[in-house]
Amino acid sequence: MVHPVIKLVAQRIALGLLLLLAASVLIFVGTQILPGDVAQSILGQSATPETLANLRQELGLNEPALTRYFSWLGGVLHGDLGNALTNGQPIAPALGKRLLNTLFLAACAAVIAVPLAIILGLVSVRYRNRWPDKLISAVTLATISVPEFLLGYIVIFFLAVQYRLLPSLSTVYDGMGFGDRLYAIGLPVIVLVLAVLGHMMRMTRAAILNVMQSAYIETAELKGLRPFAIIARHAFPNAIAPVVNVVMINLAYLVVGVVVVEVVFVYPGMGQYLVDHVSKRDVPVVQACGLVFAGVYIGLNLIADLVSILANPRLRHPK
Amino acid sequence: MPETLLDVRGLVIEATSYPPGEPPKDVTLVHGVSFTLEKGKVLGLIGESGAGKSTIGLSSMAYGRGGVRITGGEVWLNGRDILKGGAGGLRSLRGKEVTYVAQSAAAAFNPAKPLMEQVIETTLARGMMGRAEAEARAVDLFRQLGLPNPETIGKRFPHQVSGGQLQRVMTAMALCPKPDLVIFDEPTTALDVTTQIDVLAAIKRAIHETGVGALYITHDLAVVAQVSDHIMVLRHGKTVEYGTCQQIIEAPQEDYTRALVSVRSIDHAEKNPDVAPVLSVQNVTARYKGTHFDVLKNVTVDLPPGQTLAIVGESGSGKSTLARVITGLLPAAQGRITFGGRDLSPDLAGRSRNDLRELQMIYQMADVAMNPRQTVETIIGRPLEFYFGLRGAEKRKRVQELLDQIEMGKGFADRYPAELSGGQKQRVCIARALAAKPKLIICDEVTSALDPLVADGILKLLLELQAQEGVAYLFITHDLATVRAIADRIAVMFKGKVQRYGPKSDVLAPPFDDYTDLLLSSVPEMKLGWLEQVLDHRKMEGAGN
Repeated sequence: MVHPVIKLVAQRIALGLLLLLAASVLIFVGTQILPGDVAQSILGQSATPETLANLRQELGLNEPALTRYFSWLGGVLHGDLGNALTNGQPIAPALGKRLLNTLFLAACAAVIAVPLAIILGLVSVRYRNRWPDKLISAVTLATISVPEFLLGYIVIFFLAVQYRLLPSLSTVYDGMGFGDRLYAIGLPVIVLVLAVLGHMMRMTRAAILNVMQSAYIETAELKGLRPFAIIARHAFPNAIAPVVNVVMINLAYLVVGVVVVEVVFVYPGMGQYLVDHVSKRDVPVVQACGLVFAGVYIGLNLIADLVSILANPRLRHPK
Repeated sequence: MPETLLDVRGLVIEATSYPPGEPPKDVTLVHGVSFTLEKGKVLGLIGESGAGKSTIGLSSMAYGRGGVRITGGEVWLNGRDILKGGAGGLRSLRGKEVTYVAQSAAAAFNPAKPLMEQVIETTLARGMMGRAEAEARAVDLFRQLGLPNPETIGKRFPHQVSGGQLQRVMTAMALCPKPDLVIFDEPTTALDVTTQIDVLAAIKRAIHETGVGALYITHDLAVVAQVSDHIMVLRHGKTVEYGTCQQIIEAPQEDYTRALVSVRSIDHAEKNPDVAPVLSVQNVTARYKGTHFDVLKNVTVDLPPGQTLAIVGESGSGKSTLARVITGLLPAAQGRITFGGRDLSPDLAGRSRNDLRELQMIYQMADVAMNPRQTVETIIGRPLEFYFGLRGAEKRKRVQELLDQIEMGKGFADRYPAELSGGQKQRVCIARALAAKPKLIICDEVTSALDPLVADGILKLLLELQAQEGVAYLFITHDLATVRAIADRIAVMFKGKVQRYGPKSDVLAPPFDDYTDLLLSSVPEMKLGWLEQVLDHRKMEGAGN
């Protein structure tokens, strides 16, 4: 008899892989129906029909779409993302460096934003409908509502220009020390934290308030426990599943949705890399980026599902 | 000189109510109730729902559920007025001097934490004992309360133990910090009778051995008579009668108390069994999709027209599943059901509109069986439209006839379910079933959620309607008093099988099989010392075997 948790986890992982495969089909099809011609954009308007045909032959653009899909997928499974059309260099190393930069930025923002959002959520519940709750709600709502680029310029104006605390350009390079890196990305981290804090805090608050209606919260109150102990020890463990889901969606956003912030701070991450190559119609790079983003999204949501399963005592401890 | 533990003087409790379509208003729930409790004694608070018994119980912890406020009077505990203690003073009192046992332990335990953590939580939080000592005390209490595997049950999670066991663990949780007073709020109401008797005995023994004082809240006078020294009868937030247990049970002074003591006064003569049945269930076996376990095994019962067949059993015995099979919601795996002389398709989809019309159902929870956004007229009018095509004035007239039949009269047709009392809601459900002019109504625990006197009214109404309309009832219940009141024949179910079946006079007369004997002897009787008698009797029989 297999433990039901193992069975569920295996099912979720299999489903995640299937989803990733489906995403790869969508990405491939999507890039095929993009308007424009790669050969044309590489060679420019002055190219002759013969040179265009030769280049297409060279790039394998004349093969049937199905063949190209499977050769692309086969390459991906071996870790080969192909070569960029524009400069002929392999994609994997360049993309890997960019991905690491993006993950570093996302991780720094997450390390601050997730605990802060949960603590603010707990405090909001503790003082619900009183001034600390209203203040937290108002501030986080305001920071979600302001567009990120504007937030970016606001923090640049105050923290880089007025007070000169942090650099306005997040330049990073190989061999840079950890402390210097942290210093360099200070401003984008602040912007990202402000951008994702609100969702997670509000979801934590709503999920815990929902649990606070339960009979076992009354039991805890009648045990004479302190209000914050009731919220943190009795209510929060039962609100983990919805909170984890919204946390993971926000983490995914930190990885795949930071294009604007990267551009504002000229940070060499995935977003900028993708935007550059879309404008050059470099299809293999766009495909590779799409696949990485899909993988991050599916992977983080898979983790959210797994945590929800593990947080359920009925599944963890069957009868 | 006995020491006073709890002294409640002139307690007034209010709440704000929000009637639909009207401005909020303050209502008084408890009007100046006073009582005292000596150390180590048990006071029973008894009354119907809305009598204020739980509200009074919780006020001795200075706690108001929802928007409930204590607005007058004093609550003295151990010589201190706890209403003047402030939030910090209350926290130190709750969980240490006074503890609480809730009606539904299944909901009152945190599902995310093992039982032991929750049982010793206050004891640790107040620094009364170290962890090892507290756990040892908890294990002692588990043993005292007769829990299986007392050493290891604390490691389990709430969903891993049964309802009766959880109720005992909750009692252990209440006793662990060595309180002076425990509030028992309907601790056995949600349990089957055969489980209730064990839990009741365990609670009584624990109260006796620890010498703790207790308030015991229940709507069941027969239960409270087994554990209390004094009883206070409450109605609409006022004291009706307050006296010793013996006086209340044996010599009640007030009419209301007398009505409670003699409740279930219906006398129903059994009808002639030798008639061709309207419903015949033959060798039916059923299981739920995706399982390999038969929830019904070879069930055979007959129901003559215009009579009542009571299906009795505990939770999990398969009685509601039988209703699902007869209505076609769960198609039978094997067996045959004939209804009105024709074979019924096992599956709902295979039945004609006439089949559906002649077989109606009434549920336990009247409030969730009605659309809260529809008026009584729409609810009762729907089957009239659907089966008979009635519209307009004709429909309105028929709805009013039905309302008269369920003794609700004029002025109810335009109301919404939220504006009705529990008993009235159930009457509307009866009218809706009746509107289809059925041959058979399946009644699934229709009186279980109602107070005894209200339930009595519903049963009387059902019997009258049966006499007028000649409708047959399949009456599913766990309550043997209800069965005695209305059944013509009885099927006792146990683990998916019919254990005992026949006319009421045969089924309820000895010699009994073991299970029926256990079931019948577990129903609390309204007399002092009943619990001890039954337990002694069982002990002797156990020794004899």
